[in-house]
Amino acid sequence: MSHNIYIYIFVMAGVTYLIRLLPLTLIRKEIKNTFIRSFLYYVPYVTLSVMTFPAILSATQNFWSALAGFVIAIIVAWKGGSLIKVSAAACIAVFLVELIL
Amino acid sequence: MNHKTAFRQGMTDGIPIALGYMAVSFTFGIMAKNAGLTAFQAVLLSLTNLTSAGQFAGLGIITASASYMEMAFTQLVINLRYCLMSCALSQKLEQGTPFFHRFFIAYGNTDEIFGVCSCKEGKLDPFYNYGVISVASPGWAFGTFLGVLSGSILPGRVLSALGVALYGMFIAVIVPPSKTNRIIAGVVLISMGASLIFTWLPLLNQISSGFRIILLTLLIAGGAAALFPVNPDETAASAEAKD
Repeated sequence: MSHNIYIYIFVMAGVTYLIRLLPLTLIRKEIKNTFIRSFLYYVPYVTLSVMTFPAILSATQNFWSALAGFVIAIIVAWKGGSLIKVSAAACIAVFLVELIL
Repeated sequence: MNHKTAFRQGMTDGIPIALGYMAVSFTFGIMAKNAGLTAFQAVLLSLTNLTSAGQFAGLGIITASASYMEMAFTQLVINLRYCLMSCALSQKLEQGTPFFHRFFIAYGNTDEIFGVCSCKEGKLDPFYNYGVISVASPGWAFGTFLGVLSGSILPGRVLSALGVALYGMFIAVIVPPSKTNRIIAGVVLISMGASLIFTWLPLLNQISSGFRIILLTLLIAGGAAALFPVNPDETAASAEAKD
């Protein structure tokens, strides 16, 4: 046991922060290249979609409550609900379905 | 929109993130305690790292008493996706945004905060970002603290319900633009389909979730950019119209 927990934490935080910081400080100009611009424009939609599905289906105690949360979230978002509304609706849907099941 | 309104808007949008974070960091707190960390150490870790997968993996390395190098490398691999996100976010900032703003924004560039910031129309006001961070980050730390303190404060039902909070927020970000923009709708559907395949198909499901995100982002966002390049005026114009 020769490792210091605080050094571990420092290493973790340092590496994670640098990954986040470098692009933000190195790319200070607006990129002119249409392909790269377009690529970066689509990035959030892909990352968020990939992170959401199918992971959401196993995020709760059972599949059906998760599915209910997923469907309700899509409906509320489709109707233009705010972030907090969509999120809350999904949580409530999960809660209610788990009460019944 | 002035900075104050932006900050307040950010705080509002930060609430679902904070709730979702609490559900996840609560579990992290419990595991940190089991790994032998004190409440102070666990909260310090959460506040300085502000990332989920990386922190869970880090605990494993701490428990195994592996080398610092190994820790650094694991964090690099797991968190490399943030590099892509920061690249995308760099284009959302005004060109002249000073360095200190970039330093603070970088701290809070988590999956979720990136999600709400990057899909906002027009250029990003750093103060919106700070509003989100000011609510989300304490939520992450507080959940960790509760988890270490006692594994049984939050009932299982509540934790389970909060489990979808972050995903609900993601859906709130990606669905509205999919309604008006067919290409984005296509990108979203293809991404979800591909993600499903990568989760189920043998061999492909061996790829870690961090790399799955990077790989699919490069492929799908790259493909979309090649087939449907975005008109430079389109993003710029919406930025002007918003002010």
